[in-house]
Amino acid sequence: MSPYIRKNNACFAESKVQCGIATLGKVHWWLCHQWGKFKAMDVEILARVQFAFTIGFHYIYPPLSIGLGLMLVILEGLYLRTGDRIYEMAVRFWIRIFALIFGIGVATGIIMEFEFGTNWATYSKYVGDIFGSALAAEGIFAFALESGFLGILIFGWNRVGPRVHFFSTIMVFFGSLFSAVWIVVANSWQQTPAGFHIVGEGLNARAEITDFWAMVFNPSSVDRMLHVWVGAILAGAFMVLSVNAWYILHKKHEEIARPTFKISLIVVTIFSLLQLFIGHRSADGVSRYQPAKLAAMEGHFDSSASADMFILGYVDKKKETTSGLKIPGGLSFLVHGDFKAPIPGLRAFKPEDRPSQVNSVFQFYHLMVAAGVAMIGLSLLGCWLWWRKKLFDYRWLLWVYALSVLLPQLANQAGWFTAEMGRQPWVVYGLLRTSDALSRAVTANQIVFSLVLFTIVYIVLFALFLFLLNRKIQHGPVDYGTKEDIESGARRDNPLLEHEPVGGQ
Amino acid sequence: MDTFLGLDYATWWFLVFGAVISGYAILDGFDLGAGSLHLFLKKEQSRRIAMNAIGPIWDGNEVWLVIGGGALFAGFPVAYAAIFSAFYVPFMVFLVGLIFRAVSIEFRSKEPWPWWRKSWDIVYCVASIVISLSLGLMLGNVVEGLPLDDNQEFAGSWLSFFNPFAILVSITTLALFMMHGAIFLTMKTENRLFVKLHVLANNFIIFFVVSFVITTLYTLLYIPHLSDFFKGHPVYFIIPLLMTLSIANIPRQVKVGKYRYAFISSAVTIALLLIMVALEVFPYLLYSPLRPENSITIYSAASSARTMHILLIMALVGTPLVGLYTSFVFWTFKGKVKLDEMSY
Repeated sequence: MSPYIRKNNACFAESKVQCGIATLGKVHWWLCHQWGKFKAMDVEILARVQFAFTIGFHYIYPPLSIGLGLMLVILEGLYLRTGDRIYEMAVRFWIRIFALIFGIGVATGIIMEFEFGTNWATYSKYVGDIFGSALAAEGIFAFALESGFLGILIFGWNRVGPRVHFFSTIMVFFGSLFSAVWIVVANSWQQTPAGFHIVGEGLNARAEITDFWAMVFNPSSVDRMLHVWVGAILAGAFMVLSVNAWYILHKKHEEIARPTFKISLIVVTIFSLLQLFIGHRSADGVSRYQPAKLAAMEGHFDSSASADMFILGYVDKKKETTSGLKIPGGLSFLVHGDFKAPIPGLRAFKPEDRPSQVNSVFQFYHLMVAAGVAMIGLSLLGCWLWWRKKLFDYRWLLWVYALSVLLPQLANQAGWFTAEMGRQPWVVYGLLRTSDALSRAVTANQIVFSLVLFTIVYIVLFALFLFLLNRKIQHGPVDYGTKEDIESGARRDNPLLEHEPVGGQ
Repeated sequence: MDTFLGLDYATWWFLVFGAVISGYAILDGFDLGAGSLHLFLKKEQSRRIAMNAIGPIWDGNEVWLVIGGGALFAGFPVAYAAIFSAFYVPFMVFLVGLIFRAVSIEFRSKEPWPWWRKSWDIVYCVASIVISLSLGLMLGNVVEGLPLDDNQEFAGSWLSFFNPFAILVSITTLALFMMHGAIFLTMKTENRLFVKLHVLANNFIIFFVVSFVITTLYTLLYIPHLSDFFKGHPVYFIIPLLMTLSIANIPRQVKVGKYRYAFISSAVTIALLLIMVALEVFPYLLYSPLRPENSITIYSAASSARTMHILLIMALVGTPLVGLYTSFVFWTFKGKVKLDEMSY
């Protein structure tokens, strides 16, 4: 036995085996202790962690579907208009990527629809009248449209005419846009409730619709919907941009990659600039309807003072101060057009009505803004270099573009964390507290069980997703040959056919 | 309570919800069934064709589950909250099954390696079986009723879900889907695979009939109150009668090779089974056998009249639209499976 173990682990066992057992015992004790602490976490925190985790994972995919949907419409439209087979190869390549992303989006999305019932039963009863109708509308008007035409989009290239296929592509894109509409309407109602009244009291209280259109067009829904749409389009367009940058760097498929890169550069430039204005409008809405959230976003405590705009900073919740690099009065200027105007601070709200994680809200918000600014910078730089005919001259810059796919993902996630954590402690702003919204029939053990289950499943899923995405990208666009080639059998060497005759056995 | 064409809104929405669930069972039923029998097909090429038979449409079929969930949430939020928080454990298993099934269809064809494809075949088959069994288990428990407390939330243990009746319903559901799926696949295949599926379809018909008869006998002997409705309303005996005829019609049509009619018959069987369940439970959505005063009925669970009104308009506008493009997609992919470069 090594004296090292004896000395440091205070292991007085006689043999190596016994010492090993003792060490294992310690590890076991430690694991049990941690597990006990984990299980002792309260149902509310566990349910929130589970929701944040499952929705955060889900939200990687739908924005990509929306954004790639637009890119598919553009590329296929160009193919139909010009007849250039480069666009056909590009669009069919991206359809394959789209299918992969859509599949995982659906699988993780169905979970979300039922998680309200499983983990948040009281909430479900409270908002069912309103939230439920938005969700039902999403299913019947949007998701059905999207999934129905998806079959034709993916498998229908040789089955239907080019125009019908193009029509299906547009329908899939519209379906994904409408999905976003209804989901954001439902969420916006939680942020700025309208068009309802409360019936019943205590545990049996529930919100009932009084005016459907006032509910749908509640004060924040239009701004937030545009914000989400544009964020989603950026996610998809940056993905196209980044993959094509990678192809150009590796001198692969350049005849396709160069024009597609330019198209996606135009799209990201338009939409990242647009997002600046839409994001501002959205924040304007927050200042009007959710002042506590706005105060948390900039770590602003004192109601009588003007509010600063931070570039980087840290909020000390205990001392109620925020320090960092700032533009004095910047937030006051953005909201009121006056650097001196006072803004309601967090001290104006009772401690139990403030977001509990002020620093997190602050950091997520600034992360989103930073990512947004970086996207604008990258796209403007690209356009300027294009104008100077030097777009593909800098390898380091192409590497930056190849990694830029992460920026919109970062911004989307951080933005939603800001919106949802900033709304706390309310699940329906000013009406229902998150702690009152849980399922009373569900125990912490059950949530731990499902949380562990989903964590394992999602890690496996994400690893597989990245693996396959990488393989597809490495493989790249394929020239399937012209219609005449296929009919004459000249292109039987197509690698994707795996040397099997078309038509089965 | 507001009414429309003589029926109150809650009953209308019960009908709509029932129709959506039947639509889901009929449509996703055949692709779940096709998945559950996947490992009975041995050759790589056969498995590939079987998977591509459902390839372009399974996604559209699963939409009905999403619509069903939305319909329950919107129309009967109290029942939605009670049912899903009660079935927490089986439902999470069901959801994980759905995830694995979706990704196995998506991932299987992406690599040519035999071990890769075999592993995904197993995942696909096991996930389909788990989904079918857990759907049946939950249906069985809803029909029997669950213990509910004064707040109409579940007050029992999830281990009680595994009772004989629910397990029998669960196995019958699996058998029904396997039969339904096998018949669907015979419509979509040719040559030797087709012959194999014809034999499988016959076996699954026997599997279904046996498990169905056992479940029915068990119900009549041990849970007699589940047939109270039919004893009280003899006129409605026409429904079990029709169902028996419809079941009998399935092997007849399979024998003469009219698979389309056999498929329609098995679809009708599923619909009639669910209509029987609906008649038996109506007006309860979730019955509480020990304390009936805590049961959830369609009236106590219903949303406000205004929401019901909006929902019915949505259903009236939305259903024809969904029907229109679903039939267009089915029509596009009609006939035998043809593999091409975009296939799974």
